[in-house]
Amino acid sequence: MFHFSIVLNCVDKFLHVYFTDSCVLFIDFFLVGIFILVFYAVLALVLIYLERKICAFFQCRLGPMRVGPFGIFQPVADMIKILLKEVIKINGVDVFLFRLAIYLVIIASMCTFGAIPFDRGLHVIDFNMGVFYFLSISSIGVVGILLAGWASNNKYTIIGAMRSGAQLISYELSCGLSLMIIVILSGSLKLSVIVEQQFYVWNIFRGGIPTIIAFIVYLISGHAETNRGPFDLPEAESELTAGYHTEYSGIQFGFFYLAEYLNMFIVAAIASTLFLGGWMPLHIIGWDLFNEIMDHIPPIIWLFSKIFVCIFLALWVRWTMPRLRIDQLLKLEWKILMPISLVNILFMFFWMMYL
Amino acid sequence: MNHIKNIVVNILYLIQGMYVTILNFFRKKLTEQYPENRGKVFPYSRFRGTLVMFHNWKNQHRCTACGICQLNCPNGTIKIITKNELSEITGSCKRVLDKYIYDVGSCTFCSICTTNCPQNAITWETGFEHAIFNRSRLYKKLNKENSSLIKNGKI
Ligand code: SF4
Ligand code: SF4
Repeated sequence: MFHFSIVLNCVDKFLHVYFTDSCVLFIDFFLVGIFILVFYAVLALVLIYLERKICAFFQCRLGPMRVGPFGIFQPVADMIKILLKEVIKINGVDVFLFRLAIYLVIIASMCTFGAIPFDRGLHVIDFNMGVFYFLSISSIGVVGILLAGWASNNKYTIIGAMRSGAQLISYELSCGLSLMIIVILSGSLKLSVIVEQQFYVWNIFRGGIPTIIAFIVYLISGHAETNRGPFDLPEAESELTAGYHTEYSGIQFGFFYLAEYLNMFIVAAIASTLFLGGWMPLHIIGWDLFNEIMDHIPPIIWLFSKIFVCIFLALWVRWTMPRLRIDQLLKLEWKILMPISLVNILFMFFWMMYL
Repeated sequence: MNHIKNIVVNILYLIQGMYVTILNFFRKKLTEQYPENRGKVFPYSRFRGTLVMFHNWKNQHRCTACGICQLNCPNGTIKIITKNELSEITGSCKRVLDKYIYDVGSCTFCSICTTNCPQNAITWETGFEHAIFNRSRLYKKLNKENSSLIKNGKI
C-alpha cells in the first residue's frame, strides 16, 4: 500500500542535494509549518461552512445561500471581513497577557493538530507517547482562556474564564481516563501503532463493551472541552455577553473563533483515530474482495468521513439539548462520568484478563 | 440504585430529543429565496399585505362612507373625504365617497378596519412590496377614479 513517507523522503533527499544538513532541517521545519498553517486555515473555513449549514438544517432554515453557489464562499467573505476589522485598544487591560492569551489558545490547538495521523506516514511527528502528548498539549489551551478572561479587566470575562477553567479541568479527567481504555487495549501510546492494530477490527468493536462506554464518555467530555453545544457556559451569550473573549475584536477574536472550530475538529479526529480506526479503511476478516475494494478508497477520505460523523453527532446534540447550569455541568462530570470511567477501567482490565 | 436509574432515564430522554431534532433535519426547509421565487412567495390567503377596496366590473365599490373604519383605526391611517351627490330618483342630496385615503406608512396591519366595516368594503391582498422612493406615494387612494356605490347591495 502507498506510504506517504516515500514522498517526504523524496523531498528530503532533493533538498539534501542543494543544501547543508542544518539548512535542510530548517527548510523542513519551515515547509511543515506552512503546510500546517494553510491546512488549519482552510479546514477552519470548511468547518465554519459545514457548521452553519448543519445548524440551519436543524432549525428548518437553508443557511448561507447568497455568496457563491449554495453560499460556499460565505466563510471566505467572513474571513476577509474579520481581517479588515479594527483591533480596538481597551483601557485598563494587561496588554502583554491580553495578547499572550490568544497565542496560547491557538498554539495549543495547532500543536495538537500536528500530531494527528492523516494517512499512512502523513503526520508531522509520530511520538511514542502520542496519546499522552494529545492530553497534555490540549490542556495548555485552558491557560490561554484563563489569561484572556483575567487580563481583560471585565467582570463578564473573568466569570466566563473561571467557568471555563472549572469545566475544562474537570472534563479533562474523564477524557483522559477513557483514552486510557484504548491504551490498555492496544498496549501502546504511539498513534501509528494504535492505528495499525485496527487493521481488521476497529478498537470500538475489538474491546467490546468497555470501549463502547469509553467512546461515549469520550464524546461527551470531548464535546464539553470544546466549549460548545449544551456545555457553552463560558460564553453563555445571554448571561455573559461573550464570556472570556468579550473584549477581543478583529483578528484577535478571529483567532479564538478559529481555535474553537479546530478544537471541535481535533476532538473528532482523536475520537476517530483511537476508537474508529483512524485512516484505516473498513476491513472484515475473510471478505478479501471487500477489503480490496475498500483499500482503493484513499485513507484520508476514510479519516475525514469518520471525523465528519463525529462532528455531526456533536452538532446534533448541540441543537437538541438546552444549556446546562454550572452545578449540573460539574455534577455530570464528578458524579456520573468520572465514576463510570473509573469503573470502566477496572472492567476493561477484567475484560482483557478473562475474555 | 436511584442514581443509576436517573442516568438511564436521562439517556432515554436524550435519545428522544435527538430523534425529534433529526426529524427536523430532514424536514422541508421553510426559508423563502425571495427575489428568485418572487411569484410564488407567501401564498397564504390570510396574509395581510395591502389594504384594497373591492371593485366589481362596473367600477362600483361597497363603501357607504360611513366612517367607521376611520374612527376605529388606532393610528389615524384612514381618511375619508366625502362629497354630496344629487340623486336622480328622489331629487335630494346624498353623501357619497369622494376619496378614500390610506397611508401605508402609519398602518400597523392590525386589521381592525376590515373587521369593523359593516359593508365588507375593504379587504386584504397578499402583495407586500411597499418600498418606494417618495414618501408622498405612501398615501394611496383606494377607490378608483369615477367609481360609485353598488346599487341594491348586489355585486
Ligand atoms: S389595519 Fe389597523 S392601522 Fe391599518 S388602516 Fe386598518 S385599522 Fe388602521
Ligand atoms: S370602508 Fe367600510 S367602514 Fe370604512 S367608510 Fe367604507 S363602508 Fe364604512
